[in-house]
Amino acid sequence: MPDQERRHTIAVLVDNEPGVLARVIGLFSGRGYNIESLTVAEVDEANGLSRINIVTTGTPLVVEQIRSLLAKLVPVHRVLDLTLSGTHVERELALVKVSGDRERLIEALRIADFMHARLVASSPKSLVFEATGGPDELDAFIELLRPIEVSRAGIVAIGRGDAVLSTDRLKSEQTNPKPMSVKKASER
Amino acid sequence: MTAQTLAPAARASQALTGSQVVLKALVEQGVEVIFGYPGGAVLPIYDAIFQQSELRHVLVRHEQAAVHAAEGYARSTGKVGCVLVTSGPGATNTVTGLTDALMDSVPIVCLTGQVPTHMIGNDAFQEADTVGITRPCTKHNYLVKDPSGLARTVHEAFHVARSGRPGPVVIDLPKDILMGGAPYVARDEVRHRTYHPVRDPEEARIEQAVDMLLGAERPIIYAGGGVVNSGPRACQLLTEFVRETGFPVTLTLMGLGAYPATDRQFVGMLGMHGTYEANLAMHGCDVMLNVGARFDDRVTARLDGFSPASKKIHVDIDPSSINKNIPVDLSIVGDCERTLTALIAAWRRRANQHESSRTRAWWGQIDEWRKTDSLRFRQQGEVIKPQFAIQRLYELTLDREVYVTTEVGQHQMWAAQHFKFEKPLRWMTSGGLGTMGYGFPAAMGVQVAHPEALVVDIAGEASWVMNMQEMSTCIQYRLPVKSFILNNSYMGMVRQWQDFFHGSRHSESYMESLPDFVKLAEAFGAVGLRAEKASDLDDLIKEMIRVDRPVIADIVVDRAENVYPMIPGGAAHNEIRLSPPDDGEHMPISEKGMVLV
Ligand SMILES: Cc1ncc(C[n+]2csc(CCOP(=O)(O)OP(=O)(O)O)c2C)c(N)n1
Ligand SMILES: [Mg+2]
Repeated sequence: MPDQERRHTIAVLVDNEPGVLARVIGLFSGRGYNIESLTVAEVDEANGLSRINIVTTGTPLVVEQIRSLLAKLVPVHRVLDLTLSGTHVERELALVKVSGDRERLIEALRIADFMHARLVASSPKSLVFEATGGPDELDAFIELLRPIEVSRAGIVAIGRGDAVLSTDRLKSEQTNPKPMSVKKASER
Repeated sequence: MTAQTLAPAARASQALTGSQVVLKALVEQGVEVIFGYPGGAVLPIYDAIFQQSELRHVLVRHEQAAVHAAEGYARSTGKVGCVLVTSGPGATNTVTGLTDALMDSVPIVCLTGQVPTHMIGNDAFQEADTVGITRPCTKHNYLVKDPSGLARTVHEAFHVARSGRPGPVVIDLPKDILMGGAPYVARDEVRHRTYHPVRDPEEARIEQAVDMLLGAERPIIYAGGGVVNSGPRACQLLTEFVRETGFPVTLTLMGLGAYPATDRQFVGMLGMHGTYEANLAMHGCDVMLNVGARFDDRVTARLDGFSPASKKIHVDIDPSSINKNIPVDLSIVGDCERTLTALIAAWRRRANQHESSRTRAWWGQIDEWRKTDSLRFRQQGEVIKPQFAIQRLYELTLDREVYVTTEVGQHQMWAAQHFKFEKPLRWMTSGGLGTMGYGFPAAMGVQVAHPEALVVDIAGEASWVMNMQEMSTCIQYRLPVKSFILNNSYMGMVRQWQDFFHGSRHSESYMESLPDFVKLAEAFGAVGLRAEKASDLDDLIKEMIRVDRPVIADIVVDRAENVYPMIPGGAAHNEIRLSPPDDGEHMPISEKGMVLV
């Protein structure tokens, strides 16, 4: 379904230099693409490399554009669409705060235990839990817990298997875009 | 430590100052001319310029013009154009030029001054967030905060500007970096960490392309500015390939000159104001080979009506240009020159499979379309038709090396239609951004690069006044640029759209209070000429060519003339209009088309 929008997780390896995040974000805002989640951190100090994980939605054409525009940015080493390149793992961390009376807090502890969340701070009337998991698991956890405050880290992702995202390959996984099935005018 | 105390220290240790390092790197990068305008933050560079003789500086009268001049220089030579401006307003004034260069893929390196590093972020006098402001309008930009990275940054900037799809690069230079000492690093010692665009096409794709082309019955080759950017050799190869295949070829506005315009296989420019035969051939083809063009909206017209029956091949150095507007069947990422070399070789290996009879019917059809003579106009009586003025300019300069720039508007389209370019690098126009005020400073840059050539800015009066201050620059440097102004007293293109789509309400498109261009020329110390009658035109053109000084030629033309053919917004190629609607009839346009620019 060439016109169907789909969620994609894209990993980008960049030089850890000032302004690089602004370039990536500017690319999305300037062209009207949406960012659902974005995380960035240095991953290779010796070589000054950071990794950006971006979750976006779009039609195959739009996502291909995003990928090739990212690859075109000068400080970008590599771009990998994890959603297209086999299976991958996605994890997110969240800190959630619940408050209420004793009963409410006990219920929260029970839910947290069941969902393998850790208690990281407590006061007589509130608790803070740390939870990690896939984005859907976290959504479910938060829905169950009904917290008063949520802080989420955004999605980090990595491919399964022995393939590695490193600097020693071409900038974009595919230099030559795949042919798009061309539809007749009447089908649009 | 302040910058002032650093500079003598640098001198004492025999090291270079930052300014000297910058100039040395420019020279090593082959820069001969720099277009610029001084100010507080770049005084150290200007001081260094004063004390050397390898680089020539051309003082413009507005920083926007410095960028356009560098664009004209770059596009007429194939080299990188170089600009130097001060911080704050100097930098912000370059934004239009940088955006223009980005849209039209012109290699530019623009040096901007910046307040000293310790004052950045303090709202200091003439501080602007130059890297922030220019991030979306450059291919890349740098703020140099450490003198050890200065030379490397300049070399990298040139590499980025000229490699892959070319574009503008800004280097923001704080004043303390310019004044303090900095180590020099030679060009050869710098290799870019990340930026190495793919230039060689994949061989398998070349074979696939040849398969598709061999099977074509209604082929078209559609080439653009990428071929010109790739270089004269690429244009030569395009010509060879077109001749060997016997296929028809059309060019975009940016591609004019990539293939000889008077050749029989050239079906003219395509797009909104392209020829009937080029647009219908695009619409009706069965195999399209796009070389170095980007399926721009001026070219494709309504996307879902674009060339519905064709298999499409797209050659581009920039992967992000592929499948952006038009999904293609075969993409070939690579430099045009290398790709055309490979295509020709593959085609020759299989020449025995090529039957030229296959395309005979197609050529018959194209020749039928050609008979409509879609660029025709009638020069009757003494009122000068703008197309006629361009035609005479073309005919009377056939024996000269001519470089043409344009402003933006009707005159630009008529120049594209009626001036015939046989060679690349002779035609400079603002295609992507459509910048009024581009042509005159661009012509200045062309003239700096080609002092002996005839350089003409085919202009509209409204556009020309947008950068007319540059006449001073022309006088100062004895640049005999000819401003050939097709004066219709209107923002003609705006008036045309108002006539077609807004009930002929000429809201603010009449040019009140224009200057007397002849007197204006004289005030600057240039030559002013005027033609009001068709019978005066030839004499004016001959005189304009004869005088070895800057000329403003005020050609008073028919105010009511419109540009045809035209594909109205929201229409497809085969809905092209050849002539004005009959009385009372409106230009057919859909509601969706009305919102298009
Ligand atoms: C800087 C800028 N402002 C506005 C426009 C919109 N615009 C496009 S063509 C045009 C009129 C140009 O008039 P003129 O230079 O006299 O050329 P003509 O169309 O009359 O040949 C205008 C205002 C533009 N292209 N650039
Ligand atoms: Mg006009």
